[in-house]
Amino acid sequence: MFDIKKFFFKKPKNELEGSEGEEKKQEHKDAAIPEKLAEKCEKCGKIVLADEFKAEFGVCPKCGHYRKISARDRIAMCAETFEELFADEESKNPLDFPGYTEKLQSLREKTGEKDGVICGTATIGGVKCAVFSMDYRFMMGSMGHTVGEKITKIFEYATEEKLPVVGFVLSGGARMQEGILSLMQMAKTSAAVAKHSEAGLLYISVLTDPTTGGVSASFAFEADIIMAEKGALIGFAGPRVIEQTIRQTLPQGFQRAEFILEKGFADIIVERKDMKDTLSDLLRLHSAEVNA
Amino acid sequence: MNAYEIVLKSREKGRPTALRYISEIVEDFIELHGDRRFSDDRAIVGGVGRIFGMPVTVIGVEKGSDTHEKIEHNFGCAHPEGYRKAVRLMKQAEKFHRPVLCFVDTSGAYCGIGAEERGQSEAIAMSILDMIRLKTPTLSVIIGEGGSGGALGLSAADEVWITETSTYSVISPEGCASILWKDSGKVAEASECLKLTANDLLELGAVERVLPEEEFSEEFFASLKEQIFEFFKKQKNEDEDALIEKRYERFRKF
Repeated sequence: MFDIKKFFFKKPKNELEGSEGEEKKQEHKDAAIPEKLAEKCEKCGKIVLADEFKAEFGVCPKCGHYRKISARDRIAMCAETFEELFADEESKNPLDFPGYTEKLQSLREKTGEKDGVICGTATIGGVKCAVFSMDYRFMMGSMGHTVGEKITKIFEYATEEKLPVVGFVLSGGARMQEGILSLMQMAKTSAAVAKHSEAGLLYISVLTDPTTGGVSASFAFEADIIMAEKGALIGFAGPRVIEQTIRQTLPQGFQRAEFILEKGFADIIVERKDMKDTLSDLLRLHSAEVNA
Repeated sequence: MNAYEIVLKSREKGRPTALRYISEIVEDFIELHGDRRFSDDRAIVGGVGRIFGMPVTVIGVEKGSDTHEKIEHNFGCAHPEGYRKAVRLMKQAEKFHRPVLCFVDTSGAYCGIGAEERGQSEAIAMSILDMIRLKTPTLSVIIGEGGSGGALGLSAADEVWITETSTYSVISPEGCASILWKDSGKVAEASECLKLTANDLLELGAVERVLPEEEFSEEFFASLKEQIFEFFKKQKNEDEDALIEKRYERFRKF
């Protein structure tokens, strides 16, 4: 089981964006922040006590900005217990793609994770379930063999053990460096989702920022219930690619969670603070044990 | 030919498109239109016909041959309704125990405002999922470009074949070069690295057969028709549950 306090926001990130950010950057330039005590919000640049960030699950109490959170933090935020599975799976460089081996190596050292997804069993709202959670720090959760394999395995495990699956999705898409083998992961995971579904079992996907490309065009959108985290970017093609293709500026809010809901492609938008409760309610509603 | 030359060849003007394959291989083709939800996407053509008398459902991504046709077929870039039409025709084939034959030739699914509004991700995801669990024999033949998810949406089949100067890739070499190396000049290098040629794909197990093109002669189409017929004859003898289990294993190995 993960201690939420231990795992939340070990490394403050002080990136600022936009012109407003630049201003704030100057303003707060010399503010020395003792590590772990206070952090700067990367959106508004304001200083926030680490405890406040923690209490808000990574949402800035000043501007409401949703920080990306790691795969393990996400699980810790939503689950009472967690036991990891398939932790030994590790990507190689199957196509000998230039620079990929080194990239994997440095990310492993930096994140302490083997690749971009964590799988296991958890209890959420007292209901036992299988969980996968994707990590932005590992090539923005891109899917190569290891990510596809672990997600397939967790669906196969859940089918075997008759467990619902909760999937926290975060991904820029298929991982280029594994070429066609990455594309095949979309088919492999989809087949495993289908088998799980045919067994009459529940799958809830939680689409977080961002969910795009090959991952959005496979297991992300194959769930019984699709939850979207407030404000998340969700789409097939990334906004920049679309703008380049159609040579038009995209409308405000395009491909955000609220847009996806309005167009009929998500069941529910959930704020981060409500995520555990909403998942608990849905899992309990579908649980034979709870309803017996 | 090096990988980049093959990439250019796979996109070459004058190359036979899906409709040409259909007219050479499928007898009595009747085109069936629409997804019953929104519209008829002309980037994907589909319908019913026969191969040596055997009823089949055939679906193809059509790029168009001249400028007028290219515009009509949106250069072979399908919208969500194209994938939903394909799924509708596949389900129909399953109901009537007909094999499904797909010809794949697309640079990728269309990316634009309408495509996003109507759920391109969901449409492709469900096309993959429904096709991979279809209880009838399926075969996809890549005849030009096999562009990423847009190609996979019609390639979750029992077997995937490819003509010798076609490609199948997770991303275009142009996209790969510009995203990964911020240098669109490195297209040739990206083409090599992505292992997207027919022979690479055969080695990786992503395709079962590489079809010699013989300059798309009459013999080429005759041989392909023969091979497709023999393949479906064999697949039709399989129990339907065994069929989808084998298909599961085909993709499970990756």
